[in-house]
Amino acid sequence: MSNHTEIRWHGRGGQGAKTAALLLADVAFQTGKYVQGFPEYGPERMGAPITAYNRISDTVIRVHSNIYDPQYVVVVDESLLETVDVTSGLKEDGAILINTERPKEEIIPHLKGYKGKVYTIDAKKVSLASIGRYFPNTPLLAAIVKVAKIMDEETFLKEMRASFHHKFASKPEVIEGNMKALEMALKEVQ
Amino acid sequence: MAKRDRLSGNEAVAIALRQINPDVFPAFPITPSTEIPQYFASFAADGLVDTEFIPVESEHSSMSAAIGASAAGARSLTATSSCGLAYMWEELYIAASNRLPLALALVNRALSGPININCDHSDSMGARDAGWIQVYAENNQEAYDNMVQAYRISEHKDVRLPIMICQDGFITSHAVENIELLEDSDVKNFVGEYEPENYLLNPECPMAVGPYSVTDYYMEAKRNQAEGMKHVPQVVLDVAKEFQAISGREYGLFESYRMEDAKRAVVMIGSAAGTAKDAIDRLREQGEKVGLIKIRLFRPFPAEEIAEALKNVEAVAIMDRAEGYTNHGGPLGADVMAALFRAKSTAHAINIVYGLGGRDVRVEDMEKVFADLKQIIDDNDAGETYRYMGIRE
Repeated sequence: MSNHTEIRWHGRGGQGAKTAALLLADVAFQTGKYVQGFPEYGPERMGAPITAYNRISDTVIRVHSNIYDPQYVVVVDESLLETVDVTSGLKEDGAILINTERPKEEIIPHLKGYKGKVYTIDAKKVSLASIGRYFPNTPLLAAIVKVAKIMDEETFLKEMRASFHHKFASKPEVIEGNMKALEMALKEVQ
Repeated sequence: MAKRDRLSGNEAVAIALRQINPDVFPAFPITPSTEIPQYFASFAADGLVDTEFIPVESEHSSMSAAIGASAAGARSLTATSSCGLAYMWEELYIAASNRLPLALALVNRALSGPININCDHSDSMGARDAGWIQVYAENNQEAYDNMVQAYRISEHKDVRLPIMICQDGFITSHAVENIELLEDSDVKNFVGEYEPENYLLNPECPMAVGPYSVTDYYMEAKRNQAEGMKHVPQVVLDVAKEFQAISGREYGLFESYRMEDAKRAVVMIGSAAGTAKDAIDRLREQGEKVGLIKIRLFRPFPAEEIAEALKNVEAVAIMDRAEGYTNHGGPLGADVMAALFRAKSTAHAINIVYGLGGRDVRVEDMEKVFADLKQIIDDNDAGETYRYMGIRE
């Protein structure tokens, strides 16, 4: 288990947390890792809290359970801080990444005394400035790659461009906006 | 050359089907169906397959259409999940009794109610006596590999029975994991052309399929189905051997994991077996002699082989991801216990119902099962043999 990273995503149905987890698995796979990306489905409706998971490892992944003690947590929707125990099991030597426009000091009191590192990003600002609409998952994907040091930024951007060309084959006009969102997010996360 | 990729279980099976390029694929196109027909419909629309893809209004119709196509002489299949399988129940028996070698790509999910969309095996376990071959997978790789091998088994002249290729709903169907895909040409050569011996569209040999069978014939027809089933294990092994030659991956009737000197074992089906392997490795590091039997072929049931694999075990937990409501356990428990009884096993055996409706299975849960088995050996008493895992009482 020398190099084994576990990430848990908390979002709301429709925000793309599942897609972000699958894209992260995708891009980590490109670096030669063993990967898992999977959602946990609750009630199927827009706005309901959903969880998604990633395992990224140097060795074959056989376990098929959810993740209870992650190194990293991504909170796609900060309103979940009040209703979901997002830091549950989160390792103190790991980190939590939160999508918020508020300063970090205002967020920390809501983390139930979590002692690890806290990162924030205003994914709305990034998304509106780059894509023109609010898709929080693209900026958060870039931010977690940086926070969790999944790979170097140059490789990440190169692989993501290829991935977007595949994913958005039928609407290539959105590729540049998404790429810009990734680049901005890498700078904005703090 | 194998191609390394990362795919969900649904995508993996859809790609296997593209490579197989079957003749006819009727499917109900929305929930409770799966992404498998959805991906395949794109392949058909893009001209990547020659398959006649038929969206139908129900699973009752999708299985009926697959049966009609197979009887006519086509290589056919359908795909479904959960309540969709329940809705094609009647036709499952028609396919099997007519000895039609069609396939069903099944994603195992709970049956309602209460309403639930997540993984368990209650759908296919309910269909276990329908006369279909049932093959199960631990992960996306196995689901893909089993699909590639499916028609070679079901179309074999000594078998000629329909085959259900099962994988765990969401846990493998929706999880993206690493996979190795075979070259299209390798799959094509491996599966080969379908050349039915008797079929409706053969003007040289007019025949009827599925006529009324009076008391005088019905029982012989059922006995014939059983005869086909008898040949399945050997065919499964022969096909697996050929598959290994093109893939490098080895398959049997079941997988024995670290069983060589195991005193305690679990027997289970599906994705939780991977989780159990991690638990076994942890316990082995502490010197504990524990192992796993993971069922691949559930129908027909390889009873003698499993009893043989368990012959040196002192205690075994048989794990069912479906209830049987027998008051003493689930369907796998019943089959394994019968196998142990016939083999005059003296091992303590318990049956654990787990993971219903997607209830998560953790490595720690499996370690607890092995701890319970240790207690049973120490006490020389199995205690309650019908248990639930991870339940709030």
